[in-house]
Amino acid sequence: MLETIWFVLWGLLWAVYFMLDGFDLGLGALMPALAKNETDKRVIYHAMGPFWDGNEVWLLTAGGVTFAAFPATYAVMFSSLYSALMLLLFALILRGVAFEFRGKVDNPAWRGLWDACLWLGSFLPALLLGVAFANIFMGIPFDAQGVYQGTLFTLLNPYGLLGGVLFVLLFMVHGSLWLAIKSDGELADRAQAMAKRLWPALVIVAVVFLAATWVSTRLWANYLGNIALWVFPLLAVAALFATRLAMARGAWWKAWFASALTIAGCTFFGVAGLYPNLVPSSLDPAFSMTISNSASSPLTLKIMLGVALVMVPVVIAYQAWAYYTFRHKVTEEDLAYEDY
Amino acid sequence: MDVLMLSRLQFAAATFFHFLFVPLTLGLSVLVAIMESLYVSRGDQDYKRMAQFWGKLFIINFAIGVVTGITLEFQFGTNWSRYSRYVGDIFGSLLAIEATLAFFLESTFIAVWIFGWKKLSPKMHATAIWLVALASNVSAYWILAANSFMQHPVGYVLRNGRAELDDFLAIITQKWAVLEFVHTVGGAYILAGFFVMGVSAWHILRGRETALFTKSFRMAAVFALVFAVFTAINGDLSGKEVAEKQPSKLAAMESHWRTQKAAPMYLLVVPDEKNARNSLELLPIPGALSFLAFGDFSAEVKGLADIPAADRPPVLLTFLAFRVMVGLGTLFIVLAGLAWLKRKKLPQNRWLLTILVWVIPLPYLALQAGWAVAEVGRQPWIVWGLMRTADAASPIAASQVAVSFAAFILVYGLLGLAAFYLIFKYARKGPAPLAAVEGR
Repeated sequence: MLETIWFVLWGLLWAVYFMLDGFDLGLGALMPALAKNETDKRVIYHAMGPFWDGNEVWLLTAGGVTFAAFPATYAVMFSSLYSALMLLLFALILRGVAFEFRGKVDNPAWRGLWDACLWLGSFLPALLLGVAFANIFMGIPFDAQGVYQGTLFTLLNPYGLLGGVLFVLLFMVHGSLWLAIKSDGELADRAQAMAKRLWPALVIVAVVFLAATWVSTRLWANYLGNIALWVFPLLAVAALFATRLAMARGAWWKAWFASALTIAGCTFFGVAGLYPNLVPSSLDPAFSMTISNSASSPLTLKIMLGVALVMVPVVIAYQAWAYYTFRHKVTEEDLAYEDY
Repeated sequence: MDVLMLSRLQFAAATFFHFLFVPLTLGLSVLVAIMESLYVSRGDQDYKRMAQFWGKLFIINFAIGVVTGITLEFQFGTNWSRYSRYVGDIFGSLLAIEATLAFFLESTFIAVWIFGWKKLSPKMHATAIWLVALASNVSAYWILAANSFMQHPVGYVLRNGRAELDDFLAIITQKWAVLEFVHTVGGAYILAGFFVMGVSAWHILRGRETALFTKSFRMAAVFALVFAVFTAINGDLSGKEVAEKQPSKLAAMESHWRTQKAAPMYLLVVPDEKNARNSLELLPIPGALSFLAFGDFSAEVKGLADIPAADRPPVLLTFLAFRVMVGLGTLFIVLAGLAWLKRKKLPQNRWLLTILVWVIPLPYLALQAGWAVAEVGRQPWIVWGLMRTADAASPIAASQVAVSFAAFILVYGLLGLAAFYLIFKYARKGPAPLAAVEGR
């Protein structure tokens, strides 16, 4: 029971991370396409500035909870995905530093350098997270001892890459919607147009991904066994269409929330299909890391649950307050800060 | 090189680099919070400009600390998966709790602080930086409690082929954790104090913003002096804890080979690790080692020769690092004391100001040396007495680690240069003019 609760929380943490950091990863990846001049770029930086760091902590927490609640899974998952994770970490480092360093020297080459870092540090994590999770859905080739029998390129199989493209598109739509909310004038127009242009591509990739999931993974077994689970893929599909509907009505906040729900729905679609596995082995299902063979002791899970039940609502409360405080469109006055 | 050695080097490089930035974050957050509170309570614009000037340096420094911290957590999984499996039940939960309890708070409110100058009331804004300071320091406690478990594991049972949690409170309240926390944070506050004194001294020497930098300097001098003394005292307690619980580390710190009663401390020692002896031992203080280790001049101190070679840490590195830390720590007490004595006549004491500019790097060196003592001295164990470092690495290809290690050196090297350049640039630039602050 405790293991199952933590499995759900594990999925939830990843979903929240994708929902939140998804928009700034997507927006960073789109910046070259959306920004026509220096002012546009600064508006984009400011649209993410107060949020990205708090968002990224959800990744740290998702990683930390994997470590704490399912240490053996953490060991197998992170060592199997070694090179992909290292790339992800370096990319995130460059992104984080780009935010703080870009505006500190008044020189176009300096700013250009950090703009490139922001782009790479946004696009690459979006892609790699998609690749990683698609591979987890499909199963990773590790043996009975949890030793990975592949290379970085093993992960770059068609289904993995499809997952990467799906994540990139999900995050890009999410990011352009965020910019549509946070900006004005031509830039906002471009962001809105971008969201509308990307949406059909996202639908196509999502359909292909669903079909490929049927063929390449064993996720469907749970869905055939339990009809209630269909709520997750249905939620994802419904939210995806609601996103487009809200866009058509010019309701950008609603569109953004619908897009967030789409991301959460997609995550839980995979997670619900995985149960009780956390990371299946593609060599032999018997080697898979499951909630029962990788969970921490009941005492640890209980203490962690206590901490989570008290602290996560508090975290959500003050993060929501911070979002509320900085909810306004980026203004001239904001740009007067020399930080970006 | 094999996976183990590469992983050790990579982790060492990543940790040392991370810890170049952490101490200033820990200490400067508190100083900036005090400055801003003084502005709120007294309405003195100088304090606002101080908070903004030091705050800017704080942010540059903070950014690198944050992004390099994430790689540490993930490396336990990528490079030390056998370790993670074995102690994740305990170690993982401490890290996860740190993230939920502190890291969210820190990351959310640093952004609120950076962007909130006009959106929040002055009191709310000052509260934001206090929350950042609180969160950074709370964060340090959990991380150090986790490290303490590696140094002196308590509160666990061996079950199901791993170390499982048995007594959570014992782990987070053990004496080792408390001592390690006060010693590390004390060191961090010394570093922040010397950083602020040094940068202030540079400006005072040039007659720039003398009033503002004198205020900064005095605050930092008190801070540095108090914590230099405090850290020396709790360092002594830490030493006694090491003597009791990690005799091989203590022996390595002193390059002490022969078990003996009333062990002296030699002021000049040249270790000869290969032949398990010292090639030079000069200027003994009789019984001093026994006294420092056990509070008793005649106590017996175990020598390295009586510890199997396979259980000894690298002696030379541990020994040198310890001497560097203690020597510098003593120097900091003297310098901070002088700074405090002369605080009212700073411009007349140019020699002191000049010295203080040049010693800015020394606390950095001292803190890194301190960690070298703690971590190198703990070898060959990754968890003292429970698991050897050699058994902890991931079963992965060495080539992967070689590539990532090279990437660490390259990326961190460039980041370090960029950060150094920016901190230098903004430290020299000085605070914004008064008019600009009032307009904000």
